[in-house]
Amino acid sequence: MTQAEVDDTLKRIQEHKGVHGFLIINNDGIPIRTSLDTALSQQYAALIKSLSDKARSTIRDIDPTNELVFFRMRTKKHEVLVAPEKEYTMIVLQATDVL
Amino acid sequence: MDIYRVYTKKRSEFGRPLYFTDRPTEIIADIRPNIRLSRNYNVSKSVQCGVQNVQKFAEHWVNTIPFETEHQGINHVKGGWPKDIDPINVDQTARFLKRIEKDENYISTILSLGKLVEHTIKQNNTINIYEDYFTSLGSNVVEEVPYVRTLNTFRDPQNPQRTANHISWCGNGGEKLAVAYCNLEFQSNTKDLSNDSYIWDIEYSSEPDYILKSISSLVCVEFNTKDKNQLIAGCYNGQVCIFDTRKGSTAVEQSLIENSHRDPVYKTIWLHTKLETEFFSASTDGKIFWWDTRRLSEPVETLILDIDKKGRTENSYGAMSLDYEPTMPMKFMVGTEQGSIVACNRKGQTNADKIGHVYAGHSGPVYALQRHPHCLKNFLSIGDWTIRIWSEEVRDDCIMLTRPSMYALTDGQWSPSRSSIFFTTKMNGTLDIWDILFKQNEPTVSVKVTNEPLHCLRVQEPHGRLIACGSQNGTVTLLELSNNLCVQRKNEKSLVNGMFDRETRRTKILEARSRMRRDVQEKSTNIEVIAGKITDEYVLKERELVEKAEEDFWRIINEEKNK
Repeated sequence: MTQAEVDDTLKRIQEHKGVHGFLIINNDGIPIRTSLDTALSQQYAALIKSLSDKARSTIRDIDPTNELVFFRMRTKKHEVLVAPEKEYTMIVLQATDVL
Repeated sequence: MDIYRVYTKKRSEFGRPLYFTDRPTEIIADIRPNIRLSRNYNVSKSVQCGVQNVQKFAEHWVNTIPFETEHQGINHVKGGWPKDIDPINVDQTARFLKRIEKDENYISTILSLGKLVEHTIKQNNTINIYEDYFTSLGSNVVEEVPYVRTLNTFRDPQNPQRTANHISWCGNGGEKLAVAYCNLEFQSNTKDLSNDSYIWDIEYSSEPDYILKSISSLVCVEFNTKDKNQLIAGCYNGQVCIFDTRKGSTAVEQSLIENSHRDPVYKTIWLHTKLETEFFSASTDGKIFWWDTRRLSEPVETLILDIDKKGRTENSYGAMSLDYEPTMPMKFMVGTEQGSIVACNRKGQTNADKIGHVYAGHSGPVYALQRHPHCLKNFLSIGDWTIRIWSEEVRDDCIMLTRPSMYALTDGQWSPSRSSIFFTTKMNGTLDIWDILFKQNEPTVSVKVTNEPLHCLRVQEPHGRLIACGSQNGTVTLLELSNNLCVQRKNEKSLVNGMFDRETRRTKILEARSRMRRDVQEKSTNIEVIAGKITDEYVLKERELVEKAEEDFWRIINEEKNK
């Protein structure tokens, strides 16, 4: 449970086939760790944070005992994987035409 | 029987407060049943009575005010930083980030999230769960009633409104429409009539996407199929010009007025050469010019549409429509104002060589002419009040024609995706969809698009699902077709080919028969002609005799006088 393990995990994620980049943001939308360029991470941070909040509230409205664990958005160019948590959110971009 | 009850009240008592009291009942009228009246009615043994306790619904539709949308971008600026940290200051932000990264909560969260995300990534990498399944099965053709739906209308923002005369779609399956607006009525151009034409984005109907400004209103406009930014346009004053959407609203190049047409340019079409720099234009002044976009000062080639092949401009026919098929680059067809259709060949050296066969055509100007995209030997022509389908093999007559309709036809086109369907527009604002495999004597679907006459029509290639029609007051309506009008069925092409072959054969036989009859008739008329000459001579002789007799008479009289 150290800094090194975190770095290890992130490196492993980045080296998977097709992964374009990743981004970790906190609740306020500040990008903490990112492998994309600043402008793009800024955009993703702002837009995905609000989308994931909306998704979480949707699931909770439908069933109060349920909660959002993960969601993915497949687009023409790549797939956006979003893993929200209470304080931080991890966003990964993966290419769709790997196979 | 008069039944009445009188209530009286003194005038002095008007307005006094009322006091109600009880009183015994009093029979005012007593109507006894009259059995004689029942003879007018029959007792019905069974009565149908609907017993269903269901809410009654009524269908009603409302047209709301158009919703104006606008595209706008958002600028994201860094935010969310706590108050004591200045986002521009790199040191402070770096310190803040390092602090977060040391937090235990952060570490554990990231580890758990990382596991989750990895699982999904691996999943994505092993199986493509989003692949297209069952593509080989083919779609089930559901037999439904074909329908046409209006998607959007684009109104001419200028006042006074002009006719939308020509529409061109951008590229293959494009999302932009170029519409040429002009007022084609004779000498009715007022000073405040705007000369602008527009490019519309089909999703955004409140405002045109791009304005094409020109000195003279554009009669026709065409997008370059290979380069989406270039357009050619033919003007009302006879010039042709080139627009480039990257270079501003006015024409990039314009042909010299001395070397252009003398009448409005009704049609310009791009020639599919390797460099895509050539196009040709036709106008009612009887000439067809070929141009090169790099040098618009004078046309590369000229053709004078003189049917007698003598190259006389005074005798030339005015050209109203052109047809060019990219698979046959040297041949093209011209529909004239006089009604004939001329098949021409570009290869000829002189004017006479260029003009091929002349088909009889219509009794009015040929407004639209198009070869069938799949059965290349047949073509469709629209003019006067009929639609005619011709075959290149039959020279005297068309192979199929429709009954004259109530309203004049203005434009027509084959469907690019289905072989048996073509579309026409009429002067009463309707769009007709004809399916010749289904019904030949009337259109399959007829939609009233507007109340004003529709002047032009264009189908989006290659799918053939969207149609844009332009009306006289400048409104362009975008219509969508149902699936069964744009998806080609399995043996449709061969069936349509078969139909055309049959009709061609029939017409050829009729032609041969009429030719035989004509020969026989000619022989008999020859005899008649000789007989005519004889009678003529006879009549002449008589007249001479009469004159001679008159002369003799007067001579004798004069002689007698002089004696």
